[in-house]
Amino acid sequence: MLQQIEGSKAVAETIAACMPDVVCAYPISPQTHIVEALDELTRLGKIGNCQFVNVESEFSAMSVAIGASATGARTYTATASQGLLFMVEPVYNASGLGLPIVMTVANRAIGSPINIWNDQSDSMSQRDSGWIQLYAQDNQSAADLHILAFRLAEELSLPVMVCMDGFILTHAMEEIDVADIDLVQKYLPKFAPRQVLDPQDPVSIGAMVGPEAFTEVKYLGHFKQLKALEIIPELSEQFEEVFGRPAAGPDDYKGLVTKYHLEDAEVVLVALGSVLGTIKDAVDEHRKNGIKVGAMGITSFRPFPLDEVRKSLKHAQKIVVVERAFAPGVGGIVSSNIRTALSAIDIKINTVVAGLGGRPITLKSISELVDKALYGSLPEFSFMDLDVELVERELERNLLTRRSGPMAENLLKDLGTR
Amino acid sequence: MFQIRIHGRGGQGVVTAAELLSVAAFLDKQHAQAFPSFGSERTGAPVVSFCRISENPIRLREPVLEPDAILIQDPTLLHSIDVFSGAKSDGYMIINTTKSFAELGIDEFVSSRPANRNFIVPASDIALKHVGRPMPNAALLGGFAAATQKVTLASVVAAIEDRFPAKIAAGNVAAATEAYEFVINELKEVTNVATN
Repeated sequence: MLQQIEGSKAVAETIAACMPDVVCAYPISPQTHIVEALDELTRLGKIGNCQFVNVESEFSAMSVAIGASATGARTYTATASQGLLFMVEPVYNASGLGLPIVMTVANRAIGSPINIWNDQSDSMSQRDSGWIQLYAQDNQSAADLHILAFRLAEELSLPVMVCMDGFILTHAMEEIDVADIDLVQKYLPKFAPRQVLDPQDPVSIGAMVGPEAFTEVKYLGHFKQLKALEIIPELSEQFEEVFGRPAAGPDDYKGLVTKYHLEDAEVVLVALGSVLGTIKDAVDEHRKNGIKVGAMGITSFRPFPLDEVRKSLKHAQKIVVVERAFAPGVGGIVSSNIRTALSAIDIKINTVVAGLGGRPITLKSISELVDKALYGSLPEFSFMDLDVELVERELERNLLTRRSGPMAENLLKDLGTR
Repeated sequence: MFQIRIHGRGGQGVVTAAELLSVAAFLDKQHAQAFPSFGSERTGAPVVSFCRISENPIRLREPVLEPDAILIQDPTLLHSIDVFSGAKSDGYMIINTTKSFAELGIDEFVSSRPANRNFIVPASDIALKHVGRPMPNAALLGGFAAATQKVTLASVVAAIEDRFPAKIAAGNVAAATEAYEFVINELKEVTNVATN
């Protein structure tokens, strides 16, 4: 039913409709509203016999999720930022063991400096953890992608992260059609696990594997990821048949990417997550002035849809990748994947790091980006709206004084005295 | 698209106000988006929330930088933060106070804009009367509906009733309704002055 509802609440209600057997989580902003709502739904008996397990840390949250999933329970958890980092060891175990856990990452920056606001450094740090990663462009797709995630995870025996921008989506109230439980049950069959810890039929899970088969186990994890590139389009099509809309939201293409005015686009902006909304508005503005701009969103970042990205971008003249995280010492993370997709095709790719630690990505800044891309004044790698003066003052201080003091505090002091 | 920014202090229901407004707009068959200025919310600290209302689906995800309407829940904020930042020259301003614009020291700002855009609503007093606590939310939303006609009073009432238990809702509905009529009267006075 279409309702005006907070993103977090819509996700919680959608998870409830997926009828998980176990939900375990440790609260952390901006994920808190999701797990609070699920705790309440569980206590009210609205999710069948679902158990909500309160744990004392994220390490335990993922460990409980692994244990639960290994018994054949449909398992869900959610986290963000430092919480995701704290559970990294079991995160890798979940994928290595092939356990179909679904986890929401309410994207938030990673400290230091400590920061509770949004960027995508947290989930990007886990891009090679073996989990599938789907990025939501709005709250409707954030809710819907979870339904697809359970189906995908269980079909492949691989865990799936659904990444949604913290605060920007989790705390936004907007119209969302929260999927009807009957439709969800129609789409999502009963979980048939490939491996079960069952006292009646005992097995052990989690063997130590030496050089004789480690590569092969890892290869199979990669194989499953590539298999997901075939399955996601099928599951997306079925989703649309059942629910009447694409799981990945407007402009969806096969659940892998989104394409907005790409047909004749000379400049293409590429991004993941909620910034795509602002980017599409910027595209419309420029199109009104006859400028051929388009936008491509990446829904499935892991696996990375190399073929679809290549087909979508190969006719562009300039590509600007807007990233909410980056790799210090190198540059863009998403950009390097785009380059892989376009290897041997000569197109200029610019990387712009934007929205770090909650800095708003404004329509104005995006529009200026398009102008700069068109007129060739955009550096290969840059930071949107960087306060150059603030940076230079600190660099100067470093030159002048050996004991220049703590960097973050220095910058805040400079800001305060402006 | 009509964009609203709400200023208040932690504990005054700043975020709830934006959410209720978005629900009212939704009930009026419009598209709406409400979101807080994200931060560590502490009681008494300045808090900002935003709401967008549009005939078309809303994709934009930036904070409201140039509001069509500014709602101020606490007039003491006038001296600590720039509540009028980005204000449009023909935008609306609704402030919870019993003082005049001159007493608040904002008559210069007010006189630079059309008279039927600036409104005083004694929202805390109205709330004390009907709710028993100085929660200015509902009254300001009633005032907003009257001033801008961007949402109907009926939908503001329905949004309040949907959000709160019956008894609390009833008081807030009464507050919203009284503030609505208060602003309608303010508008009449402005029109009378203009025609005289």
